Amino acid sequence: MTQLVTDIICPFCGTLCDDIEVEVSDDGKKIIKVTNACAIGAEKFLHAQSPDRIVRPRMKQEDGSWKEVTYDEAAKYTAKILCDAKKPLMYGWSSTSCEAQATGHMIAELVGGVVDNTATVCHGPSLIAVHDVGIPSCTLGEVKNRADRVIFWGCNPAHAHPRHMSRYSIFSRGYFTTKGSKSRKIIVVDPRPTDTASVADYHIQIQQGRDYELIDALRVALQEGPLPETVAGVPKEKIYDIARLLKSGRFVTIFFGMGVTHSLGKNHNIDIAIALTSDLNKYTKAAIIPMRGHYNVTGSGQVLGWQFGFPFCVDLSRGFARYNPGESSANDLLMRGEVDANFVIGSDPGSHFPFKSVKVINELPSVCIDPHMTPTVAVSKCHVPVALVGIEVGGSCYRMDNVPIESRKVVDPPAGMLTDGEFLELVLTEVQRIKGVAA
Amino acid sequence: MTEILIKNGFVFDPVSGIKGDKKDIAVKDGVIVESVSGSAKVIDASGMTVMAGGVDIHSHVAGAKVNVGRNFRPEDKLQAVYEPARGVRHMAGGNSVPTVFKTAYKYADMGYTTVIEAAMPPLYARHTHEEMRDTPIIDQAALPLFGNNWFILEYLKNGEIDNASAYIAWLLRSTKGYGIKCVNPGGTEAWAWGLNCMTVNDQVPYFEITPKEIIAGLMTVNESLHLPHSLHLHSNNLGNPGNYQTTLDSLKIAEGFKANNNFGRDQVMHHTHIQFHSYGGTSWGDFESKGAEVMDYINKNPNITCDVGFITLDETTTMTGDGPFEYHLSALNHLKWANTDVEIECGAGIVPYIYSKDIYVCGVQWSIGLEMALLAKDHMRCYLTTDHPNAGPFTRYPRVMKWLMSEKARDEVFASMKAEDKVRDRSTLGSIDRELTLYEIAMMTRAGTAKALGMGKKLGGLVPGMQADIAVYPYNPETASDPEQIEYAFSNAKYLIKSGEIIINDSEIVSNGNKQTYWVDVKTNPSKQVEHDLREMFLKYYTVTERNYEVEEHAFMKNPNVISIDATQ
Repeated sequence: MTQLVTDIICPFCGTLCDDIEVEVSDDGKKIIKVTNACAIGAEKFLHAQSPDRIVRPRMKQEDGSWKEVTYDEAAKYTAKILCDAKKPLMYGWSSTSCEAQATGHMIAELVGGVVDNTATVCHGPSLIAVHDVGIPSCTLGEVKNRADRVIFWGCNPAHAHPRHMSRYSIFSRGYFTTKGSKSRKIIVVDPRPTDTASVADYHIQIQQGRDYELIDALRVALQEGPLPETVAGVPKEKIYDIARLLKSGRFVTIFFGMGVTHSLGKNHNIDIAIALTSDLNKYTKAAIIPMRGHYNVTGSGQVLGWQFGFPFCVDLSRGFARYNPGESSANDLLMRGEVDANFVIGSDPGSHFPFKSVKVINELPSVCIDPHMTPTVAVSKCHVPVALVGIEVGGSCYRMDNVPIESRKVVDPPAGMLTDGEFLELVLTEVQRIKGVAA
Repeated sequence: MTEILIKNGFVFDPVSGIKGDKKDIAVKDGVIVESVSGSAKVIDASGMTVMAGGVDIHSHVAGAKVNVGRNFRPEDKLQAVYEPARGVRHMAGGNSVPTVFKTAYKYADMGYTTVIEAAMPPLYARHTHEEMRDTPIIDQAALPLFGNNWFILEYLKNGEIDNASAYIAWLLRSTKGYGIKCVNPGGTEAWAWGLNCMTVNDQVPYFEITPKEIIAGLMTVNESLHLPHSLHLHSNNLGNPGNYQTTLDSLKIAEGFKANNNFGRDQVMHHTHIQFHSYGGTSWGDFESKGAEVMDYINKNPNITCDVGFITLDETTTMTGDGPFEYHLSALNHLKWANTDVEIECGAGIVPYIYSKDIYVCGVQWSIGLEMALLAKDHMRCYLTTDHPNAGPFTRYPRVMKWLMSEKARDEVFASMKAEDKVRDRSTLGSIDRELTLYEIAMMTRAGTAKALGMGKKLGGLVPGMQADIAVYPYNPETASDPEQIEYAFSNAKYLIKSGEIIINDSEIVSNGNKQTYWVDVKTNPSKQVEHDLREMFLKYYTVTERNYEVEEHAFMKNPNVISIDATQ
């Protein structure tokens, strides 16, 4: 007899679908089938069952080979490199639970670390823009129930957030949008003809890196102001048409992704996109939502916020929290050689950071907490595999619209394997011992 | 557990009617007792003021909008010293939107032990509880929002009070909430279309119900469920010149309602931050106080309580479930604006604000709050809040106490205003020479608030059998002469005891305590209709499943304190 576990959240992307059903074996150890999830999400569940999974911590030897160690030994090594360092970088956090993040932050406070999350290489510019101009936003259910004008700007959910369009933004039928996609006008702004663009009513093929100009032109067009013949490669008639289309809607939502946050202009692009959204509220109702990547990168910003007051790159090395993206952010610290130990959890900077940063990690005392063998593991001195949050252990996570959902345990982790939270508790205890502070 | 004897303090306790008598207070096993053994730890409170731990009835200290405030205002961390970790304390920063650690330490320093988070969007309940779990020392509870909830709008429109009751009981259980909060009834739902409800008779778009019907319906439900707290209302038309008419219309809805509960609560409506709702004039040009009129109505109607929302003349961060108000505020001051509309339920907005004493409107707002508190006839029904952080940070409570207790302190503020004459002209504050006593302050900050929350049998007093939450302030009421001493003393409790444990010893925080989270579990008759509606709404219109909605007590509360009620009869 197999069992069906329902209402599972998918621990892949910021869409945080919570209707996944998983068929598990009678003994609760093996996943047999995953339904409702997208291809990537289903694979994430099934990958947990991989027979070649690494199940014990390892230390890298001088010849580059790995030697298995106990969790206690790994925790002692981790605590030692963090305590020995003047400014350890504690990076990642986006693929783990809020509870584990909170424990990690307590370690960072004691060792004077810098806590940065993956927003530093994705929606960091969005967070900076929010400091400047705020953010009129809404939950994804508001989009589902009300939005009749939806813009995807510099993002491609068909590939990156595969169920976003069906659950929330294009095809879903809501309370005031009973005809699904027929209730909505979809606009995709992207230099590429993406799969998302192929289902849109309008594809604005903007010149690459000219987002700021086009958004600015839309702000002008809202007021029927004068425009040049073309802006960012888009004819002015089309810009006026889009502006009128947005004004005629009852509820506009703008979704934006890396194409806007990490093209030329960075946070300034988001500043003006938010300003456009605010402007639209003079005519109709409008909201803007960042397409967050990792399933719990949003949660990392939240926990950092309530514990220290800033959403990412929080520098605790001087005994109080400082925040200065560009100075206290992971790549800046690594490239300037300012950190003397590297700690990674719930992310893979080895794959996504510039080579210059990865080379620095390779030189530092370093630990990587990750269930998988990743490029970050390859450049770290200690590798601690752990149970997968959302599959083998539960915990709180935040969706891209900041809605918290509790992830659930589906199957047991491999025997003897610790969770992120349990391993971090071991490290915290050891750090408290070294520092001579009470638990 | 330790025994403690607090000796020789000047005790102010409205619950037992003690008005500054020198008296010893004994503590054993977490509660106040008549006497203790000779081995009790003795705290010498000679020359000091002793009160029950403070109970804040309305403050925004945890949850989604508070965290937006923290994260979108890095500059707020520069407005106060970021305090390093020391002893049992974590590093703590922020001014108007402090981190959870600073929230706890500052409330403790002010002698407060219980704080109610005044607006919890149900879909974000888990977030609120996560923050409260990480907030040490202070006991907390949160009020979920109902005034714009689609289930409620539908049930009340159809007169289905039983279904509304069953739904509210279900939602309190699911979100681990404490009572019924209603913000801008109908107006926030209208805001999802960019609209608003400005009077109690405006129709809510699509739902065809009025704010008046929502308020009356929620009061009916509140009493039928016998909840410890009453309806907690933030009425329509907040913050606009001339809004006092809407406020009076809203308060009048309570006429004829009677409290029905076993918690010692008398009111059926608690109107929050009443200062923001007591404005006269037709524009900012002829803006004036109507505080006297509104307070006169409240004085005459014992089934209403209010908290004030004192303006503290600071730079702060406004945040409220009144989404349209925040949009209009951002249009007024052109500062950054955050907004979140929450599916099916509610919405919220956040805007930084500077209440400058050089701007006459801010000066008048400041005088309205004080005017109302000084005109209140019963301070068991009129409470001290700043609607933190909307009218000012909660850390200014001691400053507000100074203003309330000293005409000289008020005159100093008047004299420092650029438009002193104009401000004096627009309210009656300048002609009021009343100075509140410590006894009345104790009513406004602990005895009254605890009673209105339905916690009066346990909190807010120093009677044997009550929870041992006790604050000792370095203030000698017999010799103190300078008003500044009031502000200093009530910002720096010398000792604080919570549930019998010493939290502050000789002005230093020595323990993170054993914080509790209160929530209310009401048993109602089952409703097939509500079960059906929940199933349908989650299946079709929510973006989380019904099973993923509930906040699990074991996962999100360190020390839950459940108040169980049987409302099946």
